[in-house]
Amino acid sequence: MSSVLAPEIPTPGFSFDLCERNAMLERKGFSAPKAQKTGTTIVGIIYKDGVILGADTRATEGNIVADKKSEKIHYLAKNMYCCGAGTAADTCMTNSMISSQLELHRLNTNRIVPVVTACTMLKQLLFRHQGHISAALIVGGVDNLGPHIYVIYPHGSTDHLPYATMGSGSLAAMSVFESRWKPDMSEEEGKALVSDAIRAGIFNDLGSGNSVDLCIIRKGSLDYLCPYELSCVKGEKQGSYRYKKGTTAVLTKTVRPIIVEEECVRRVETECMDTSS
Amino acid sequence: MSLIQDYIPRNLPDYATQAPKQFQFNPYADNGGSVVALAGDDFSLIAADTRLSTGYSIYSRKQEKLFKLSDTTVLGCSGCWCDILTLTRVISARMQIYQHEHHKTMTTSATAQMLSTMLYYKRFFPYYVSNILAGLDNDGKGCIYRYDPVGHCEKNTYVAGGSAGALLQPLLDNQVGYLNQENVEKIPLTKDKALSVVKDVFISAAERDIYTGDGITIKIITKDGITEEKFDLRRD
Amino acid sequence: MSFFNRADYFDLPYWQNGPAPGSLYHFPDFTTNFNSDAIQRTQSPMVTGTSVVGMQFKDGIIIAADVLASYGSLARFRNCERVIKVNDNIILGAGGDYADYQYLRSLIEQKILDEQCLDDGFKLKPKSLHCWLTRVMYNKRSSFDPLWNNFIIGGIEDDQLYLGTVDKLGTAFTDPVISTGYGAYLATPIIAKAYEANSQMTEKEATDLIYKVMQVLFYRDARSFPKYHLGIITKEKGIEIRGPISIVTDQ
Repeated sequence: MSSVLAPEIPTPGFSFDLCERNAMLERKGFSAPKAQKTGTTIVGIIYKDGVILGADTRATEGNIVADKKSEKIHYLAKNMYCCGAGTAADTCMTNSMISSQLELHRLNTNRIVPVVTACTMLKQLLFRHQGHISAALIVGGVDNLGPHIYVIYPHGSTDHLPYATMGSGSLAAMSVFESRWKPDMSEEEGKALVSDAIRAGIFNDLGSGNSVDLCIIRKGSLDYLCPYELSCVKGEKQGSYRYKKGTTAVLTKTVRPIIVEEECVRRVETECMDTSS
Repeated sequence: MSLIQDYIPRNLPDYATQAPKQFQFNPYADNGGSVVALAGDDFSLIAADTRLSTGYSIYSRKQEKLFKLSDTTVLGCSGCWCDILTLTRVISARMQIYQHEHHKTMTTSATAQMLSTMLYYKRFFPYYVSNILAGLDNDGKGCIYRYDPVGHCEKNTYVAGGSAGALLQPLLDNQVGYLNQENVEKIPLTKDKALSVVKDVFISAAERDIYTGDGITIKIITKDGITEEKFDLRRD
Repeated sequence: MSFFNRADYFDLPYWQNGPAPGSLYHFPDFTTNFNSDAIQRTQSPMVTGTSVVGMQFKDGIIIAADVLASYGSLARFRNCERVIKVNDNIILGAGGDYADYQYLRSLIEQKILDEQCLDDGFKLKPKSLHCWLTRVMYNKRSSFDPLWNNFIIGGIEDDQLYLGTVDKLGTAFTDPVISTGYGAYLATPIIAKAYEANSQMTEKEATDLIYKVMQVLFYRDARSFPKYHLGIITKEKGIEIRGPISIVTDQ
């Protein structure tokens, strides 16, 4: 029972209210706008002292580059990051949701959260939504058990690997790993390998491009290098495209003064945090 | 019998059987590419990028998409590459036949009309090609013709077509056609200005269109003949 | 629609459907008119070969393809050669439907025979074969009856190296590095990078590189096989078809 005084608490999670309406509209030929997809190359490897994650920075909408500096390596916790491929909004929101849960988990348990915990939380979320959240992820981090790379598919299946690739450029990147990856690489070797894998994606896959991002996670330290390097420079413009003043047509001009009718100051009461539990 | 069945999206595509499945044959492919052409008083200029692609992969980074048809006519094509190959071959055969029958080279306007007829001839199994024809008219003035895949023809002075056509046409409207600009001196297009504009618009197209890149070839048509220039674009 | 209706033939008056006087008895033939206006068209490949890989090196062309012909996900035929010598100028690698390839190969072999019978000293050049194949493939696709193949044509023409490809639509182009099928995704990145760094590879370097990419393809292409053939054409030594070469895996 809900009333004006006691409104019903909205159920948590996604709202599916308009699904049927949208399906009906789609049948009648009004299709929903397409989400921004990150045709992507993302990779992760384990090296001697930890993990290295890599990503390109192109986000596409069909054949158009929507974002040239899209950050695809997301923060999960201090000791782990997550690369996302698929729908940009899904990867971004999924990671921020899990990130906050991981922080709560860390505060509750008061210890470094294992990478497998993040992986399990993500896979449970993705499985619950049966692939409708199109996020393909590579989670990389270092915990008390050592370095880990997990890949998570949009339907919730996971894999624990020494090296992994995802996204539309995954095959190009994998070809680099399959021919050059070896266990216990040094950090320099690892960085070179990961950036070469991303560059293979950038140059051979049209959905990937622009620059290479890297994130190196060691036990207790971290390097977040965005951008690590640019794949190619933008061409130099030959002409000048500045307009002279008065180029834009002024059709009408009206000036309305702002009339101050009343002035009042309201104090905002700060609320104390609930620390009872 | 319908040869191309409509793709009917099902509710649960992810649970489709993994057993050997029936491929539907699609005779067309989109191999991308953009063409830009500009015409001035005594020249015309046409440029095309050199990337040949399919889906998310690149076939070739050095594919010429401009076809010299005569000393005053160049055709730029983008779209389905197998249709482009066939169409341009048939055109050059028709040009040779004309040469032998009439003892003169086909003019640009005659070529333009022929191309329209040839495209419409395939109305119900069209060549999936976006054509732009650049050349000099009978008075030696630059002229550009643009086409849709089934043969509609329109004469212009500046045109952008292909995968980045929709991106570049408004830019040309503004920069070459001086549209939406007040109090601006409309300077007739010079060769140098045309060259710099064409390079700049392709730089911009390569930034935002994934099917345009690697490089461009520019062909400049004047009464003295056709000169060619190349220019590199980003390769990602 | 039923083609066999008992009532039409068995409940008729005796000898109703018998031969006319002076002619022979003809049994009711239910099959002759069966779908006579329908033509069987290849709408999907059946027995298929996977990637073909080709590249230029300093003084020649190298083409590689493994020996597996798959039937769907079944590794059906495990000793099918897909790289052939066409004549002294041309090598050809084929992927896609194996039957279509065999059909086209027989056409090409007949072409070469006809040419030899003319005995005029002219030999088919790679560019000509590429052009001819493109026309054949395009005509078949235009009649909605494609030959479901990818071809890579390698050869030497007037002392120039030639490497071209054509697919089932008739999409044709030339490039110093070409791979088809999964090779386009897995082999091209490696070969293109190596070729950019050094376009003047020796034959040894080229065969080593191809070995490496065939290994990567075997690791990641589920329809591949650890045995492949190499076709190598060089200016000095002419054509050599090498193989089957086995891929040694360390995993």
